[in-house]
Amino acid sequence: MTQLNQTNLRFSLSAKLSQYRQIARNGVWENNQALVALLGLCPLLAVTNNTVNGLGLGLATMTVLLTSNLLVSLVRNHVASEIRIPVFVAIIASAVTAIDLWMEAYLYTLHGILGIFIPLIVTNCAILGRAEAFASKNPVDQSLVDAFFVGLGFLLVLVILGSFRELMGSGTLFAQMDLLFGEAAKSLKLSMPDDFHPILMAILPPGAFIGLGLLVALKNMFEQRKSELNRQPLDITEVSADIKPISAS
Amino acid sequence: MIQVSSPFTHNNNSVRKVMLNVQLAALPALFTHIYFFGFGITIQWTLALITLLVVETIMLKLRNRPIWPYLTDFSGLITVTGLVFCIPPEAPWWVIVSGITFAIIFGKHLYGGLGYNPFNPAMLGFAFLLISFPYEMTQWTLPTQVSGYYLSFIDSFYLIFSGQIHSVPLDQITGATPLDEVKTALSTGVTVPTSLMSDSFNAFRIPYGWAAVNIAFFIGGTWMLISRSIRWQYPVGFLLTMIILSAAFNWFDPETYAPVRFHLLTGGLMLAAFFIITDPVSSSTTPMGRFIYASGIAVLVYIIRNWGAFPEGIAFAVLIMNMFVPIIDQYTQPRVVGYRK
Repeated sequence: MTQLNQTNLRFSLSAKLSQYRQIARNGVWENNQALVALLGLCPLLAVTNNTVNGLGLGLATMTVLLTSNLLVSLVRNHVASEIRIPVFVAIIASAVTAIDLWMEAYLYTLHGILGIFIPLIVTNCAILGRAEAFASKNPVDQSLVDAFFVGLGFLLVLVILGSFRELMGSGTLFAQMDLLFGEAAKSLKLSMPDDFHPILMAILPPGAFIGLGLLVALKNMFEQRKSELNRQPLDITEVSADIKPISAS
Repeated sequence: MIQVSSPFTHNNNSVRKVMLNVQLAALPALFTHIYFFGFGITIQWTLALITLLVVETIMLKLRNRPIWPYLTDFSGLITVTGLVFCIPPEAPWWVIVSGITFAIIFGKHLYGGLGYNPFNPAMLGFAFLLISFPYEMTQWTLPTQVSGYYLSFIDSFYLIFSGQIHSVPLDQITGATPLDEVKTALSTGVTVPTSLMSDSFNAFRIPYGWAAVNIAFFIGGTWMLISRSIRWQYPVGFLLTMIILSAAFNWFDPETYAPVRFHLLTGGLMLAAFFIITDPVSSSTTPMGRFIYASGIAVLVYIIRNWGAFPEGIAFAVLIMNMFVPIIDQYTQPRVVGYRK
């Protein structure tokens, strides 16, 4: 009897884990909010002119996602479906306001740089999208896992794009990290050699669009490579069985 | 007897032939440019050509396209010619290299190669350079008549590759272009007629060097019109609008608005009129549309020259009008023979 229970438990645990793994894969890669769904592009394009801005906004977005997915998932069975959107928006807006105030208190300079884009996380379609498409239909634990990995996927794109633009446009990497991690992080800053000529366009709006376009292209290239590798040779007999002689029709 | 079917009139043109015609037509301007500004442009042209060949080969390879036929249609040459005349003759070598690379990759191949690009690659490359390297792009070598110095081939070579030169003082051989000069003077309260009296202008109040290069482009362009390499609507629409606009404003207030000859013979105006806006791929394709497209560019150039942040606005004007091409084409469809409107 006890043995049966144990196998049952182990089975459900491994099922759970594989479920989580699927959610994680979806959030970070398959359905990456920035690269595949192309959601939340306004803050993504506007603030990624260096790494620290991208990281700051990414972490804020991730925290909002975690809070909103948790709360939405908790109230999902108590909210009538006719009024669910206003309720979700109210939850998201409260979470964003809290984050906004927290950042103003503890990360004052970064808050000043990111400016309007912190309150604007409310309008980030990725967050409402996850609340509507996932958290309102799934239990709390899965919603939290989903929020974490979707947030991570968004954060990664922000950081990669920010680093790329900072490197090309200012010739530095991880500059001003002290805004986020305190004085000790000042030494993180890397600089290109002196004879490097920064390409100003990279930190201007066109650089954001071109950089994001390149990232999307890079992801699609990986996908294409993978699908080419996985492609099975065609089974001739199976295909030919499907083709009916013309006279039969 | 051999049976021959229609069409009986045929146009003995190929992409290669048209492109070579354009190159020939640019030769007078190239020689004038060398005469006034030194041999810098030949070095820039060579650098641009090498970059073009390397980048185009790599892009064709990545796109799995046959390399030789696409490389020998010479379509990249017009990008090289268009861009080389726009950058300062003694700009550092990496300026032209990155400009051509950007133009070919982002202006041409990412859209699918020749025939598919919505924007003029040369102007895209120029806009990229202008906003990426504003300092390098405004250090124009002055003509000998203005600076009093003559740069030899060796001098130009050293300047382009090392950025330093000892035989002549660097700050005396480079300076603002006439367009820049007049605009800056205006902002400090100096009227146009006064700034036209400065050393950069000859007795006819047209700028040394720049005017001659523009006239050479006009001559080459006229030859292209006669040999039917370009359509007449582009230069006529462009120059006519420019003349009307500048004449009207100059008549209205000659103190703030420069005369017609100044607008026609400075910057890259003639280059644009005959070599840039005539690009058949990125411009309008209907006869009426070509006219509207060309005069739209002229209006934008005039606006940017007088009230914009940059002294010259051809690149931005061309790129903006490129975006309007689909709409222009849609509303200017010619009547099909046999149908009423």
